[in-house]
Amino acid sequence: MTLQGWFLILAFTGVLLALTKPVGLWLFALYEGRRTPLHPVLGPVERGFYALAGVDPDEEQGWRRYALHMLLFNVALMLFTYAVLRLQAVLPLNPQGLGAVGEHLAFNTAISFTANTNWQSYGGESTMSNLSQMLGLTIHNFLSAATGTALAFALFRGFARRETKTIGNFWADVTRITLYLLLPLCVAITLFYIASGVPQTLAGVVDVQTLEGARQSILLGPVASQEAIKMLGTNGGGFFNANSAHPFENPTALTNFVQMLSIFLLGAGLTWTFGKAVGNTRQGWAILAAMMILFLAGTAATYAAEAAGNPVLHQLGVAGGNMEGKEARFGIAASALFSVVTTAASCGAVNAMHDSFTALGGLIPLFNMQLGEVVVGGVGAGIYGFLLFAILAVFVAGLMVGRTPEYVGKKIESREVKLAVLAIAVLPLVILGFTALSSVLQQGLAGPLNKGPHGFSEILYAFTSAVANNGSAFAGLTANTPYYDGLLGVAMWIGRFFIIVPMLAIAGSLAAKKYTPESAGSFPTTGGLWVGLLVGIILILGGLTFLPSLALGPIADHLAMIRGQLF
Amino acid sequence: MTKDLSSALRPAIVLTLLFAALLGLLYPLAMTGLGQTLFPRQANGSLVHDAHGKVIGSTVLGQAFTADRYFQSRPSAAGKGYDGLSSSGSNLGPASQLLVDRVKADIVKRRGEGVAGPLPADLVTASGSGLDPDLSPASALAQAPRIARVRGLTVERLRALVAAQAEDPILGAAHVNLLALNHALDSLSGVVADVRPAVR
Repeated sequence: MTLQGWFLILAFTGVLLALTKPVGLWLFALYEGRRTPLHPVLGPVERGFYALAGVDPDEEQGWRRYALHMLLFNVALMLFTYAVLRLQAVLPLNPQGLGAVGEHLAFNTAISFTANTNWQSYGGESTMSNLSQMLGLTIHNFLSAATGTALAFALFRGFARRETKTIGNFWADVTRITLYLLLPLCVAITLFYIASGVPQTLAGVVDVQTLEGARQSILLGPVASQEAIKMLGTNGGGFFNANSAHPFENPTALTNFVQMLSIFLLGAGLTWTFGKAVGNTRQGWAILAAMMILFLAGTAATYAAEAAGNPVLHQLGVAGGNMEGKEARFGIAASALFSVVTTAASCGAVNAMHDSFTALGGLIPLFNMQLGEVVVGGVGAGIYGFLLFAILAVFVAGLMVGRTPEYVGKKIESREVKLAVLAIAVLPLVILGFTALSSVLQQGLAGPLNKGPHGFSEILYAFTSAVANNGSAFAGLTANTPYYDGLLGVAMWIGRFFIIVPMLAIAGSLAAKKYTPESAGSFPTTGGLWVGLLVGIILILGGLTFLPSLALGPIADHLAMIRGQLF
Repeated sequence: MTKDLSSALRPAIVLTLLFAALLGLLYPLAMTGLGQTLFPRQANGSLVHDAHGKVIGSTVLGQAFTADRYFQSRPSAAGKGYDGLSSSGSNLGPASQLLVDRVKADIVKRRGEGVAGPLPADLVTASGSGLDPDLSPASALAQAPRIARVRGLTVERLRALVAAQAEDPILGAAHVNLLALNHALDSLSGVVADVRPAVR
């Protein structure tokens, strides 16, 4: 570990914290449906969209209606992308002349991008035409992030409103978030990326004779516009197979920094928006504090493991940290930090190959996802996932003191706790169930590239990533098979929508409750004790469930690695 | 419920199409237009041309350097090496026999060139993309004795060259761009005079 490395980590955290309130304020304006400085320009577009779609943005929806409209929109988007991918061969903007995307791959990919996962069983450069990248995939990068934020708004309203049946209008939320937040930010970030060396062209392959006289084919495309929303929307699906390790996606240390910030930006801002929505911004800061504790602990662990390097290679005479799968311009610290950020949030972009991390360095990204990606988390999904844990935490606190738990002015009762448990239980059930299945079935065992415990880690990582809607991979796994494409597709769908529906039910149930003012007997949810309780609940629920599986994978791998046992 | 369903169908379909047009076509095409106007070199891949206008590579994207007279690039898992159509890391785990075999072979090769002492990690490991354009300064310096021998230059001269080309961004790691470095090396030896300077 170096001073420069720690400076990067602290600079990142500092800049993030400095941006949290401004971003949170902007999000709060959208949450409230207020005018923004962008309304004079984009207002007509918004109104035009409503008019054509027959939407009344002021019509309030109950949680069932909100959920139904959200689901229908997502199904429509998914089918649209499936069609674009299947018709790729006959559609324009296909400079490489690529054929149609296969059935099971198109199924997997359409779900993957709808569910904000961006798991990729394919390499972008050899599978997707420019049109598929733009029209098939980029739209989801915007709209799945907008959907996530809209859902977070709906839950915020559940906490903030009193004795009402409604939690907002889904169409208005999605449209406003897309037009007044995601699109303008992406325009700015895209221009920065292009200036830094990320291509933005409709051309395809350029043939090159290298300095040594060899031939090299260089693939270009509309990369920057996709890159901007890929990070900001915590999507993570790369234009190229190597994702943000690819020099055309992430050419410099500065673009790398901006990419990491983009991943956390909206998730961090939403914690502030939540505090503001419930009338006490300290509630938001307390949540962010718990997130930052988990984040910095994970970062320190991964950084230490990667900087310590691989003892197997040290014995051969190699010095220094683990550079397999890492880019020279980023080095150890920027790669370790990126891996923690991308898995703490549900981004899944990678600037280094997690599969080649040391065993313990790779354990942290895996564990981050298993915690439910609530450490900042995906855009919207992070905060609503975190609030589910908060409900459980006040419940546990309530049990200890023997009082009905309250949180931000709402009594948390049996219905909310049951629904929260239901949503949280989805994660371990599906991850461990599908991993177990794939560890015994022939089709499952055919997947891993690596042998021994690391091969098991590849399977475990895949299903964790899918259910948690992350999308990063221990990429040695050969996943473009009917078995994995199908099962991972199902896992991603469950991981997204089987959490959302109970969460919206909680929002509806909370909105109907009356306000319970804080009293001397209330458990304070802003101080250090609360932050500690949150961290504890998240670690115990996440950690204990998955510990046996981690012992079989990364921990066994680590023990083998330090003994020099090879597979 | 059926009424709800049908009332949601129109916005679901219409907004899918409207957003597809806005985000899937208008946005990327507008950014392409803007990028091509404002930053045409970068938007088209930061390509480097020789004096005859022939493209010799990209300053951003790595290319293979395997000859003894050049600073050689890192091992690559992109296709057969530095394949611009097939970016990839090796994805080999830390206790992988395949990884150890590959690293061993590279170490034997470097030792044969006279590299003594501990080997810088990036010199014998494959990058994440397989298209890494850079090398750590330590890995470049480790190759200096071989290049000095082949080109009849002093090691000190090469040291100075690497130092002049190296960058150390505070938010990343120290590295040197191989196309720029090797191009400068050629100019130093007067081998190729007709290549326009590689702009970074």
